[in-house]
Amino acid sequence: MSEVILEIDAVVKRFGDNEVLRGISLNLHRHEVVCLIGASGSGKSTLLRCVNLLETIDGGTITLFGQSLTDVRIDPDKVRRHTGMVFQSFNLFPHLSVLENVLVGPVRALKRKRSDVIDEALQLLERIGLRNRADEYPDRLSGGQQQRVAIVRSLAMRPALLLLDEVTSALDPSLVGEVLDLLRDLAHTGTTMLIATHEMNFARDVAQKVAYLDGGILVEQGTPEEIFSNPQHESTRLFLERVR
Amino acid sequence: MVDDTDITLSDETPSFFAPRRKQFLLGRRAVVASVVSTTLIIGGLVAAFYLAPGGAIVRHDFFNPHDMWESLVGNRHKSLNSVGLGLLINIRVFLIAEVFILTFGLTLAWTRMTKSPVLMPFRILAVIYSDIFRGIPVLLVFLLIGYGVPGLQLGFISNQSPEVYSCVALILTYSAYVAEVFRAGIFSVPHGQILAARSLGLTNATTMRRVILPQAVRTVVPPLLNDFISLQKDTALLSVLGVIEAVQAGTIFQDAKFNSSGLVVASILFLVMTIPLTRVTDGLIARDRNRRLASS
Repeated sequence: MSEVILEIDAVVKRFGDNEVLRGISLNLHRHEVVCLIGASGSGKSTLLRCVNLLETIDGGTITLFGQSLTDVRIDPDKVRRHTGMVFQSFNLFPHLSVLENVLVGPVRALKRKRSDVIDEALQLLERIGLRNRADEYPDRLSGGQQQRVAIVRSLAMRPALLLLDEVTSALDPSLVGEVLDLLRDLAHTGTTMLIATHEMNFARDVAQKVAYLDGGILVEQGTPEEIFSNPQHESTRLFLERVR
Repeated sequence: MVDDTDITLSDETPSFFAPRRKQFLLGRRAVVASVVSTTLIIGGLVAAFYLAPGGAIVRHDFFNPHDMWESLVGNRHKSLNSVGLGLLINIRVFLIAEVFILTFGLTLAWTRMTKSPVLMPFRILAVIYSDIFRGIPVLLVFLLIGYGVPGLQLGFISNQSPEVYSCVALILTYSAYVAEVFRAGIFSVPHGQILAARSLGLTNATTMRRVILPQAVRTVVPPLLNDFISLQKDTALLSVLGVIEAVQAGTIFQDAKFNSSGLVVASILFLVMTIPLTRVTDGLIARDRNRRLASS
């Protein structure tokens, strides 16, 4: 297997008295897709946010490309430029057109010239079949379209890995498919992804590794086969029965 | 789960007709009712004004066309200042103060919200500032600046005209309010927008400039215009420092001719100045409301 790019080691995160992550350890290799499953509130989203430094951890270490993210000399903005994040609620910028949404990262964060990036941006939109909507504003698009634009907005930064936080949970059931198809497509082309999801079939299809979280503890991790067909822990088994 | 409680759905056929007394004001009767009530109220007010024991005197003292005209244009021979020309000073002060208030207000808001450790003392100062200037009556700020600063004998700073001190007093006071409006606008942008921007690797400052402020502007404009309407009116306070603006000109006229028509003229001029802005503001609020209703 290829190199490990992300090492999460015994990570602890507290919000006041509430311990949300209680010593989570997990590795991610290049070109690997890892799915985090578990009930709402189990810590999946928080873990993703910690990797992106949207939250700071209270214990343990997160090492990205050999650099500890808890080091005070780390510039969070630089970390985020290499770790794309997609949210449950899309969070497209409503005052910018679809194209501008895709351009804003490369132009404003990477300081690349607009004219250099514009073709790439249009190609990305082409890939999700929304090139003809480039000049429209996000509120004119369906939820599924908005979420695909949000994914492409992250991709435009050419990140080393993509963090996806329940990206289909806010969508109409009829729109979930198009977003998952895009993620499958990305997985096949070797995009490294850490995905928090409630879509078990999707996780089974695309993930090389599935990790089950419960109450801030990583109960077990393994191949989709191991987790879905032969879970070792009682709580994993109960969870899978409930969502089935 | 079924249990044995007695609560079941009703079998009765409900009636949806309004009671008699409510039916009375429906259809054409509604129009009649509104016309009658409007006539009564407005007519009553006009009648009170005309029939009041001192009505005739007040009409002569406040609404005398000849005096109103004379106070509007002024009369050099009787050394009566023109209320109309006075208003130009109000407008000038308003326009100048407005620019400074917007810049200073935004700076204050930004200072209060930054997290830079170097700016810590400024953050504290900004909080104290907004407490002080939202707490002291504008009139007192005028008096303290207008009489206090010249007393300091600080050369250039203490040698300014009352108009300049007035401007400063307005800027100091209104910046505190406007800063709060900006802050509220910035806080109104959903947190997810900030997360999305930061997760793209945009810096704090770029996020503010490219993502938060453009969205905050929309919510900020109506309350900002409200503050400006109020600012337009508060330029009348220039009179306490002896600036001969509209109100002061009206007062001079009143003192000279024992007639208050100049004050009414000043009121009308202020209305002419503020009503367009008031209408625009209400229009914007309505538009914003419609848009929000449409999108939900």
